[in-house]
Amino acid sequence: MGPGAAYKEGAVFDTVAMHIMEGFLPATFVVAWFLVCIPFWIKGVHSLQKLVREKPGTLLLLGAAGGFCFVLSALKIPSVTGSCSHPTGVGLGAILFGPWIMAVLGTIVLLFQALLLAHGGLTTLGANAFSMAIVGSFVAWGVYKGSRRLGAPLWLAVFLGAALGDLTTYVVTSVQLAWAFPDAASGFAGSLAKFGSIFAVTQIPLAISEGLLTALIMGYLIKYSRSELDETGLLRQGQVA
Amino acid sequence: MKKWTILVLCAVIALAIVPLVVTGGAEFGGADGEAETAITEIDAGYEPWFSSIWEPPSGEIESLLFALQAAIGAGLVFYALGYYIGRAKGLAQAAVTGAGAPSSAAPAASPTSSPEAS
Repeated sequence: MGPGAAYKEGAVFDTVAMHIMEGFLPATFVVAWFLVCIPFWIKGVHSLQKLVREKPGTLLLLGAAGGFCFVLSALKIPSVTGSCSHPTGVGLGAILFGPWIMAVLGTIVLLFQALLLAHGGLTTLGANAFSMAIVGSFVAWGVYKGSRRLGAPLWLAVFLGAALGDLTTYVVTSVQLAWAFPDAASGFAGSLAKFGSIFAVTQIPLAISEGLLTALIMGYLIKYSRSELDETGLLRQGQVA
Repeated sequence: MKKWTILVLCAVIALAIVPLVVTGGAEFGGADGEAETAITEIDAGYEPWFSSIWEPPSGEIESLLFALQAAIGAGLVFYALGYYIGRAKGLAQAAVTGAGAPSSAAPAASPTSSPEAS
């Protein structure tokens, strides 16, 4: 047994992937989650094409939002549960460009990680895209909009949107796993408690970090790229932070 | 802004360091590895039916790819931010120097100074 083999053996537990691992969802669930995602991807690609055509001035900002998602999902951070996880980074793009466009960008990030890093997986891409790119984006965007409507200052709305989008992603992951693997004795609820304590609890401090970083970067964007933000519609009513 | 930036960055760093200190000898594996264990506990017979088509051949190469991912992402974010900050400074400067030469002042200042900003 060479060192390579030793690594492979350990790899089962060492390979860090906070999304559902390759091959770990039964085939019916694989197909179902892909089917759920397809309409979101189609609408997302349409929104993306529309953005490129009608607001080319915002493309650098779109690149920054994609980059933010890329860098945050590469950072595996220790948490209070004694295990590691990583933020998702979808909140910024969802708040800036809306959840549809971010559903596409988030899926691209997941695809990169599945292909090159053996992180997440191709068979589980549908389920992972649903939790992170779709639910994560919609929650971030919805919480942001709702908080603004309730009169929250912009930084707080961005913080809450990004943090809750991040946290919800891992709650959905737990539900997806519990659904596919209900406990023999305690059923769905028992499995949900188990997976929830692994994924969702680990994620709490990371979600706070993601919210803070998203609010920080948004502060800089508001200060220096107002014309682009006006174009995306984020500050439509000429609001100020 | 600068004060807030430092404060927020310190908070983020603290959120990552505190778990290391308070949990002492924890292993800090991935939450996914624990989920795998949980799945085998629930359904001992479950065999992953598909494995990654390509896996990084070693931990070093995996960390290379993760570092690359972070670098590309950070590059994009700060390229954009640097561009915007530079542009804002350039325009502010043009507005100042333009004030001495009245003919060029107006067109240089108009793109960023949005009237509703204040």
